Amino acid sequence: MRSFGYARAGSLAEAIAARAAGATPIAGGTNLIDLMKLDVARPDRLLDLNGLDLRGIEIGPEGARIGALVSNADLAAHQQIAARYPLLASALLAGATGQLRNAATTGGNLMQRTRCYYFNEADTPCNKRSPGAGCVAIGGVTRIHAILGASEHCIAVHPSDMCVALAALDAQVIAEGPAGERAIPASAFHRLPGDTPERDNTLGDDEIITAVTLPAEGFADHYSYLKLRDRLSYAFALVSVAAALRIEDGRIAEARLALGGVAHKPWRDQEAEAALIGREPTRAAFADAAAIVLAPARAQGSGPEGNAFKIDLARRAIIRAFDQAARRTPQSQTHKQVA
Amino acid sequence: MDGMFDPSRRNSGDGPGRALPRVDGLAKVTGSAPYAGDFALPDMLYGVVVSSRIARGRITGYDLDAALAVPGVERIYTCLDRPRMPASAHRWRDMVGPPGRPFRPLYDTRILYAGQPVALVIAREFEIARDAAARVGVRYEAEAHATKLERYLDQAYVPPKKREGIPPPAEPRGDAERAFAEADCRIVGEYVSPAEYHNPIELFGSLAWWEGGQLKVYDKTQGAAATAQYLASVFGLGVDEVQVTSPFVGGAFGSALRPQYQLFLAAMAARDLDAPVRVQLTRPQMFSFGYRPRTRQRVGIGTDASGSLRAITHDAIAGTSVFEDYQEAVVNWAGKLYACDNVRTGYELVKLNLYSPQDTRAPGAALGLYALEAAIDEMAHASGVDPVAFRLANDSDRDRDMDLPYTSKALRSALEQGAAAFGWNERSPTPRGTRDGHTLIGHGMASGVWDAMQMQASAVATLRADGRLEVGSATADMGTGMYTVMVQVAADTLGLPAARITARLGDSSLPMAPLAGGSWSAASVGAAVENATLALATKLHAIAARLPDSAFVGSRFDQVAFEDGELRLRAAPERAIRLEALLAASGDDAITATAKAAPDPASQKRWARNTHGAQFVEVGVDEELGVVQVRRVVAAIAAGRIINPLTARSQIIGGVVMGIGMALHEEAMLDDRLGRMVNRNLGEYHVPAHADIPPIEVIFVDEPDPEVNQLGVKGLGEIGIVGTAAAVANAIFNATGRRVRELPITLDKLI
Repeated sequence: MRSFGYARAGSLAEAIAARAAGATPIAGGTNLIDLMKLDVARPDRLLDLNGLDLRGIEIGPEGARIGALVSNADLAAHQQIAARYPLLASALLAGATGQLRNAATTGGNLMQRTRCYYFNEADTPCNKRSPGAGCVAIGGVTRIHAILGASEHCIAVHPSDMCVALAALDAQVIAEGPAGERAIPASAFHRLPGDTPERDNTLGDDEIITAVTLPAEGFADHYSYLKLRDRLSYAFALVSVAAALRIEDGRIAEARLALGGVAHKPWRDQEAEAALIGREPTRAAFADAAAIVLAPARAQGSGPEGNAFKIDLARRAIIRAFDQAARRTPQSQTHKQVA
Repeated sequence: MDGMFDPSRRNSGDGPGRALPRVDGLAKVTGSAPYAGDFALPDMLYGVVVSSRIARGRITGYDLDAALAVPGVERIYTCLDRPRMPASAHRWRDMVGPPGRPFRPLYDTRILYAGQPVALVIAREFEIARDAAARVGVRYEAEAHATKLERYLDQAYVPPKKREGIPPPAEPRGDAERAFAEADCRIVGEYVSPAEYHNPIELFGSLAWWEGGQLKVYDKTQGAAATAQYLASVFGLGVDEVQVTSPFVGGAFGSALRPQYQLFLAAMAARDLDAPVRVQLTRPQMFSFGYRPRTRQRVGIGTDASGSLRAITHDAIAGTSVFEDYQEAVVNWAGKLYACDNVRTGYELVKLNLYSPQDTRAPGAALGLYALEAAIDEMAHASGVDPVAFRLANDSDRDRDMDLPYTSKALRSALEQGAAAFGWNERSPTPRGTRDGHTLIGHGMASGVWDAMQMQASAVATLRADGRLEVGSATADMGTGMYTVMVQVAADTLGLPAARITARLGDSSLPMAPLAGGSWSAASVGAAVENATLALATKLHAIAARLPDSAFVGSRFDQVAFEDGELRLRAAPERAIRLEALLAASGDDAITATAKAAPDPASQKRWARNTHGAQFVEVGVDEELGVVQVRRVVAAIAAGRIINPLTARSQIIGGVVMGIGMALHEEAMLDDRLGRMVNRNLGEYHVPAHADIPPIEVIFVDEPDPEVNQLGVKGLGEIGIVGTAAAVANAIFNATGRRVRELPITLDKLI
């Protein structure tokens, strides 16, 4: 970790100005501090956002607005969030640990960097750390890496659970910059690596996330967040699935599907969702949707060091998560046995 | 402590057998127990290590300008610019180092493994040293490295020089190959396990300073005396010129049996700069020294038509470093555990550009019993015999390798009581026979074995005027419960409540104790404490016998008892004197006795000594998704006398948890191209989380054993992990019908 400057933002305007001038925002610090210790992140100046008044949760008939500084723990435990948007609460509880969720914030969760062994090894080539340096992960131990949307420049995956639920729920990220406030659809907030993997998302360099908003429909009747990982708690997803359904007269009226752990961003597939409309909620229908989502999937390598298994695992997880949603038996995040 | 005198009772109630909460528990949970990295001294300097990014080659130069420009940096040591250090390998030997040339930090430009320390940055603040360390440039000339075991199996060799204290594979008995070929039923299995790192939560750190020509150190170590000897040898000092202190150790599991490089570097810099220096390693640097090596094992078993063992072959190939031949007893158990006339074993090494492996909880046995007990399960299944019945039928009441009877071997009780508590007989013997929705439920078991060793140890006991007793020995407590064992043994001998006894350890100036490893500390140090307190008791009795008008005049030692803080005449317990009064009468402030305890050589020749266990595991495996959940565990342990049921249970639970991690989670991910591990943190190097651990029932079966050692204890540090991984793997087979022979059994291996 290298020496850094530190300032506490007294107002949102001050924060926007400081960020535009190159300061690195910090809220919970659960990701940034780790990366600084590994010499992966080397901020000159930290801008502490914790003094800003961004901790409110408002819920009304038209939806919800969640302040950027609301902790993951508080959000998951919020009674109305848990009742109206249980998919979001469930995804939050699937993530990290109690201690981390106490410190991690809504905005910080959106801004966490990436999951890749090699990104954390500061002395190896990485296009995300040093654009143009090359990607040492390709051809290496790729068990955790992307099967969708990867490029020859980066095969890392986005680590968040919360963001997968936000993508599925059509949430919007509210950002404020010198030009004012704008709303970014959650599924367009994170980006694919392409040839600029150093950019994780579409937030402007002079913008601060102030809130996340949710539309009225929360899919509280038929949802499941299913996370598959290398231990039953405190591990990033090998594959996670946010599945939500609206079922009318025994047929699917609306479907939402987003995957975590498989791509550089939460992977939402509206074509697969559309294919479910009008069908009965059967495993065959879900398998068809899975086939559509995974048609473009590509493995990095086979065997125990590769990630070929993730394609089949994702297929199985999609079917199961939708099945859980349809049967109204969402995956419990406290009892870890998969239902 | 109810005041009623019971002549049949020989102790205060806090002695062995009592579930006394650990005496250091309060200090630990309140944060007042100081660990090596907690100590600080005025004007202390901080050292941060720079690690090699390449696995093999040569350092051609350094770029230090940027690092030296950081304000507050005092000095940067490199292999090109460091104080003189001894060259000769023997000067660098430690107590348990394997044959070869021990690693010498910053000795020369040669890179032997990735993570090797290549520079030490010293600064006035830790943060400054860390900042500057990130700015140190090292130029390398890389050479092709060898790090992946599987690529060099053709270069495997039998280690020419045996590691002291580690038995080589036993001489073959019978003709295993022929008996195997002639067997009615046979199986062969190849079992692979990855490198596992100890990863104690307390990171390695050392604080060293020189005081009047003496070297003083706070270190994380499983043996303060051994560490002092190492430092004395490296720095050319007398052992009495080094004092190593290590009162608390935050987990070690074998990783602190050998001195690690931060210790030498701290002492080197402290002497050179004439200031206290603390060198603290980081979590990624915890992957830069010893580990359980990646090992490939092949087990062949043959039985006759009745299911009696006719042949066992067990071969292992493990990685080691290019500079040492690390060896552990992987294949030495089949011939002990089972009655089989034809046994052949083999053990070979492959040199790799990694640091030397290092003893890791149940070194050798955790690996060997994983493969052996998984193979026995395969054999039992193939021959249609219940796995518990198979083990009972093939149990041996002698160590057939040493051709000696056991001092005790209650493995049969462990198997029977464990099976009963677990409800083993209700399981479906047919794989995929039990299901709950998507979840296939399976049951598996395995036996475990470990040595019940005793080493020579010494202890001191001091009774003070206020009636408090202090016992001390240079042993270590890594969470094992050694402080509590020492207190309870002393409580027994001198009839004092635990609250009046203080145990001291982790200080090389205390009487000599062996390294705290091998599960021998309770037997070894416990015996020394017993002898020291008995010697003290003898002195106290002698004082009493000299007192004018004393009831004890003319009494013999065997006619008195120490109970409830008093010395009493057995025949007339009301004739008693309090120990404080005795001390006051003696005119001394304190009375001290020192004693040692050693194994009885005649008994060692006549008897084999082992501890045993039987692990029973229920798993649920999601049929489609491969998710494994361990649902319950019963561990039945035969370990002689149990000094403290609470700390003993904790030891077994800890071992079982590690065994579950070995089966399902732990794996150092090697990138062979880079020649290094790439998941060097606890987020990606997975050990079990709470959610992975079910209720664990621990049963200690009755195993009285006056022969094994004077306390009748066998030790518990290792036995909990031995066999556990096999029991999990066997349960997964029973659930799914799939034999996964490569650890860890992650979900991708099951879908």
